[in-house]
Amino acid sequence: MSILIFIDHIDGHIKKASLEAISYGVAIAAQSGDTAEGIVLGSPEDLAGLGKYGLKKIHQVQSDHLKSFDSQVYTKVLGQVVEQTRATTIIFSNNAIGKSIAPRLAVRLKAGLISGAVALPDTSDGFLVKKNVFSGKAFANVSVTSAIKVVLLNLNAYAIKETGGIAEVVPFNATVETPKITVTGSTKTSGKVSLAEADVVVSAGRGLKGPENWQMVENLASELDAALACSRPVADAHWRPHTEHVGQTGVAIAPNLYIAVGISGAIQHLAGVNRSKVIVVINKDAEAPFFKAADYGIVGDAFEIVPKMVEAVKKMKGK
Amino acid sequence: MKILVCISKTPDTTAKIAFTDNNTKFAEAGVQWIINPYDEWYALVRAIELKEADTATTIHIISVGSADVEPIIRKALALGGDEAIRVNANPADSYFVAAQIAEVARQDAYDLIFTGKETIDYNNGAVGGMLAEMLDLPYIALATNFKMNGGNVTVKREIEGGEETVEVALPVVVSCQKGMAEARIPNMRGIMAARTKPLKVVEPVPVESLTKIAAFGLPPAKAGVKLVSADNVEELVRLLHEEARVI
Repeated sequence: MSILIFIDHIDGHIKKASLEAISYGVAIAAQSGDTAEGIVLGSPEDLAGLGKYGLKKIHQVQSDHLKSFDSQVYTKVLGQVVEQTRATTIIFSNNAIGKSIAPRLAVRLKAGLISGAVALPDTSDGFLVKKNVFSGKAFANVSVTSAIKVVLLNLNAYAIKETGGIAEVVPFNATVETPKITVTGSTKTSGKVSLAEADVVVSAGRGLKGPENWQMVENLASELDAALACSRPVADAHWRPHTEHVGQTGVAIAPNLYIAVGISGAIQHLAGVNRSKVIVVINKDAEAPFFKAADYGIVGDAFEIVPKMVEAVKKMKGK
Repeated sequence: MKILVCISKTPDTTAKIAFTDNNTKFAEAGVQWIINPYDEWYALVRAIELKEADTATTIHIISVGSADVEPIIRKALALGGDEAIRVNANPADSYFVAAQIAEVARQDAYDLIFTGKETIDYNNGAVGGMLAEMLDLPYIALATNFKMNGGNVTVKREIEGGEETVEVALPVVVSCQKGMAEARIPNMRGIMAARTKPLKVVEPVPVESLTKIAAFGLPPAKAGVKLVSADNVEELVRLLHEEARVI
């Protein structure tokens, strides 16, 4: 029996989210005495190097049919891998590709799905996993009653652990169907860091008064290697792309540091960001509800504070 | 063209989140119920726009729930759905719900099935993908833009760090999020018309759910904010670096 971890990659690179999923899967295998094995569809760089996170074996499927992502095709391939490896638990990152495949695979395997896990399963009596509900305002312990389990692990919810070792990469001969979905183009959103994966997020709201004033938050984000985000009114007014909208109906994030500039902190906004480890609020209104949810705050004019902060970060990094 | 829009009942986005019965049940007292925002603002409204562009389109609304989901079904009809189906069952988990919708969908030839990207209560985002697998259809998750293109559709979907444009032939299942459409408010004519639109109640097929919520909990409260003077921004950066160790 084995724990199978789906290893995701983009432009040939394996993302941090997959390393988290590997560490999580390896820890489950250690709990249950199973082996943790990886499955990769396509050919990212340095697969053998993933052994340092505790993977002993990685199954690799290569086919031109996997170049356009079609969840139907991917699911059928994964079904074959699960059958051959006799995997009992399959781990995905709760990102765009994971969200597309995991529910399908769960149906195919008649497996219970945990979507948005934030902790290791408690296997002392069954299989109980903590997950976020109500957009991060609460959590639930969900038990899976089926023999096979599929888990979508939230981003930034489980720390990457290096244990050392080398993984054996084994080609897997799968039947790969022709995709029905054709990719005709792609665009990358501004900034190099993906919002959902970012360790630091700098976010701004209506307090910035207009899209022309974003340069200073972009400067701060750039100094901190942070991703940019915004509140819903800002996205609704088309000041910023909707892909940057964090909150209950936007992207839910859990970075180490969330800096909110000129955002009052409506309950819907808090729901998307309250899993951040540290929250900093900069707002001229001392009564802004966001201060109640913050760890650090400055009451004052963002137009003065943010440029000063950029300078202070530069100075700190210069030390 | 025939579109099926799947909707769920969720607490209003400002609802107080609390639990009863030894933390095993959501405290429903005083809660306002709404159509899950992703289902309404993006899936349903985009379907209505497609109908406005091609009047030969019909929109069916489906929801799995007891009679208390009927007010939100009526609202969906007031916004512009043509007919509705309620599967008379407690929506036990995503698998159960998807299986019920799949059963209904098999009895009709839908060209397009829309869901929201997830519900704002259980945040699973699983029904669309499960439904697509049960019906053996392609699935496009996290769509931000949707255009008809003859018998094909052109869809923008979220990928890691950006968006991707894809094409696929109908029928297809699509989960919708921000960007697909702009929220609308039903007008009086729609509300009046909704009262007489067909709402069919069907009994569930026997399906075993595969997961169960054992208990809920609330995250620990924050210790309180540490305020730094606006004249001393360097101190904030120092605290973030030395005390919080996040930069």
